[in-house]
Amino acid sequence: MPLHKTEYKGVLGWIDQRMPSAMIEYRKHLSEYYAPKNFNFWYFFGSLAIVVLAIQITTGIFLTMHYKPDARFAFESVEYIMRDVPGGWFIRYMHSTGASFFFIVVYLHMFRALLYGSYRTPREMVWIFGCLIFLCLMGEAFFGYLLPWGQMSYWGAQVIVNLFSAIPVIGPDLSVLIRGDYVVSDATLNRFFAFHVIAIPLVLVGLVAAHILALHDVGSNNPDGIEIKEKLDPATGKPLDGIPFHPYYTVHDIMGLGVFLIVFFSVVFFMPEMGGYFLEWNNFIPADPLQTPPHIAPVWYFTPYYSILRATTEPFMLALAAGLAVYALLLFFALRSRLARFAVLGAAAVVIVLMIGGPLKLDPKLWGVVLMGASVLIFIALPWLDQSPAKSMRYRPAWHFWLLIGFVVVFLVLGYFGTQPPSPVNERVSQIGTLLYFAFFLLMPWWSRMGEFKPVPSRVTFAAH
Amino acid sequence: MKRLIASLCLIAGTLLGGAAHAAGAQVHLDTWPEARGRDLASLQNGARTFVNYCMGCHSASLMRWNRLNAIGLDDRQIRDFLIFGEQKVGDPMTIAMRPADAKAWFGKMPPDMSVIARARTSFDFKGTDYLYTLLRGYYRDATSPTGWNNVAYPNIGMPHILWERQGPREATIERIVHDAGGKGMVREVAVYDAAGRATVTRTAVPGHAAEGASYSFKPADPALARQYDSDVADLVAFLTFMTDPSATTRVRIGVWVLLFLAFFTVVAWWLNREYWKDVK
Repeated sequence: MPLHKTEYKGVLGWIDQRMPSAMIEYRKHLSEYYAPKNFNFWYFFGSLAIVVLAIQITTGIFLTMHYKPDARFAFESVEYIMRDVPGGWFIRYMHSTGASFFFIVVYLHMFRALLYGSYRTPREMVWIFGCLIFLCLMGEAFFGYLLPWGQMSYWGAQVIVNLFSAIPVIGPDLSVLIRGDYVVSDATLNRFFAFHVIAIPLVLVGLVAAHILALHDVGSNNPDGIEIKEKLDPATGKPLDGIPFHPYYTVHDIMGLGVFLIVFFSVVFFMPEMGGYFLEWNNFIPADPLQTPPHIAPVWYFTPYYSILRATTEPFMLALAAGLAVYALLLFFALRSRLARFAVLGAAAVVIVLMIGGPLKLDPKLWGVVLMGASVLIFIALPWLDQSPAKSMRYRPAWHFWLLIGFVVVFLVLGYFGTQPPSPVNERVSQIGTLLYFAFFLLMPWWSRMGEFKPVPSRVTFAAH
Repeated sequence: MKRLIASLCLIAGTLLGGAAHAAGAQVHLDTWPEARGRDLASLQNGARTFVNYCMGCHSASLMRWNRLNAIGLDDRQIRDFLIFGEQKVGDPMTIAMRPADAKAWFGKMPPDMSVIARARTSFDFKGTDYLYTLLRGYYRDATSPTGWNNVAYPNIGMPHILWERQGPREATIERIVHDAGGKGMVREVAVYDAAGRATVTRTAVPGHAAEGASYSFKPADPALARQYDSDVADLVAFLTFMTDPSATTRVRIGVWVLLFLAFFTVVAWWLNREYWKDVK
């Protein structure tokens, strides 16, 4: 078979003759991937998320070399890594700091999508893969948190696995299946270790590849929410507002990386516990199955959802049922198909009965689990909930932007109260927060169409540097 | 909007109320002098106290003896002055007491001290301040099983092992508590003499008063007690060192890493500017 005809010289030419796809993919994804030239601050976090993933995988490999996934040795082995493994403290602090930074970076990355409508057509697949990555990340964080085998590791896992026992009929058996025992034990530690170091990371890396492939098929969105592929240069056929990712965005992202690493390593070297938020103080006490800590809270990045879980108490069910009834009526009048109208009313009636209907009602704990799950999964529905004529907040009514900020505030307040011990005030604030959280999403099909929209320009806003 | 204002008020109320509650539940903790943690002589003095007194019951099994190289002790010094038994310098700092015996004698195994300063920290106070107050907060109490009580940890199981180093003291514990019968508040002042006999006086507090406790000590030998405070500060420095023996190295390397990253970022910024000159 003759060699592939190549335009490259030297080693590159040699490779290209034998594996043409190497240079084809390089051009497709880097040197000839045209990205809008008006990316701003918010566009650093995608590539930074990949950097944090790389940090987590690399440090994780080295931690695995020294960690002992055995309930008798796990806690000690982590502390031996910190003391006896040369540079072990550095590897471990990078990994523990990286876990929190992964969530910081991903939350900012998601905020960018809400700001500029990055999930809208044609980027629904990009968004769905992104949401699945977020789910994997949560799984990865949850399984990984058991491994240091401290009090918070142990009791946090106990609380979360117990949630599954709220599921009717199969619940109790399901939670035993997850733990591999009747309580969190060595068996649980071993299977969580397997999930943390191989199962979830494999899926995660695959999803990241799919996320980027889907993105590069449709092209990146930008702060103006304009499709740059609609205005091509007649001579070259390239987008007029696009520039090759390499070298322009590679040098740009390296600059962003420098700033990010300064922040990241400030934490790693000078405040690895981050005031008890990145490494919880209680987790320096070895796991003790016989002693429940007075206050169990998940790590900060889970606390908004944890607040929603705790908010769902018996008296709150009435408010939830009322909210659902109002929403069903709203849908009834909004939907055109008669079948859909009555299907919505019927479904809402069934759910309301299951919520408050005397003997038929399900445990509020189960509804808490359902709401917690829904609060994460609802992000997937964003491309269909958002009906705004303009993608970017720049061309939407100003109050849309403030509504988004309000949502962020609700998210942070829920997060703060999730770290605090339960109290009547905590419960009430979490309940109000839960209602506002879901209202933001569920009423979006209406509010995203309301107000005065500004005309969207045909070319991106960009001032040369 | 009303709901928003109401919830904001609730949040503000919780934050303020929470702070007041945390302050009421706990006695005031003395601040550990942090400079001791950076002083090698203090750390070595703390190590001496720890090995001589604490290691009767408390292990530090996550530490190897030769990790003490980091506080300026060489292997020979560690072997000659700190290791009492047959252990080698590469062995972990374990103790001879068996957990089963400890349980029979004390009710539970005295905890390992390797990471105690970190484990006792919370959002409300630092573990170092807690330990500094606890170890200086003992007073004689004839009603307790060990004859000792503690202001930072009421009815503590651990007796005052270092009592000779502190000398006898008279303690005044003042508590504002709910009246046992009525609805009012009572100020309860208990004066414990050096033998642990208490004289208690109760007076009703008019109006509203927050629950709380305060204490003061009158040492028989103030100079000895001052020396003891200093030794405890050194001991807490050593306990803090053990929680994260790499901390000093970490901060030293960290400065260089950040300097490099600052340089790297400047170069990256310049490179970015040069490339982006083409983009019109």
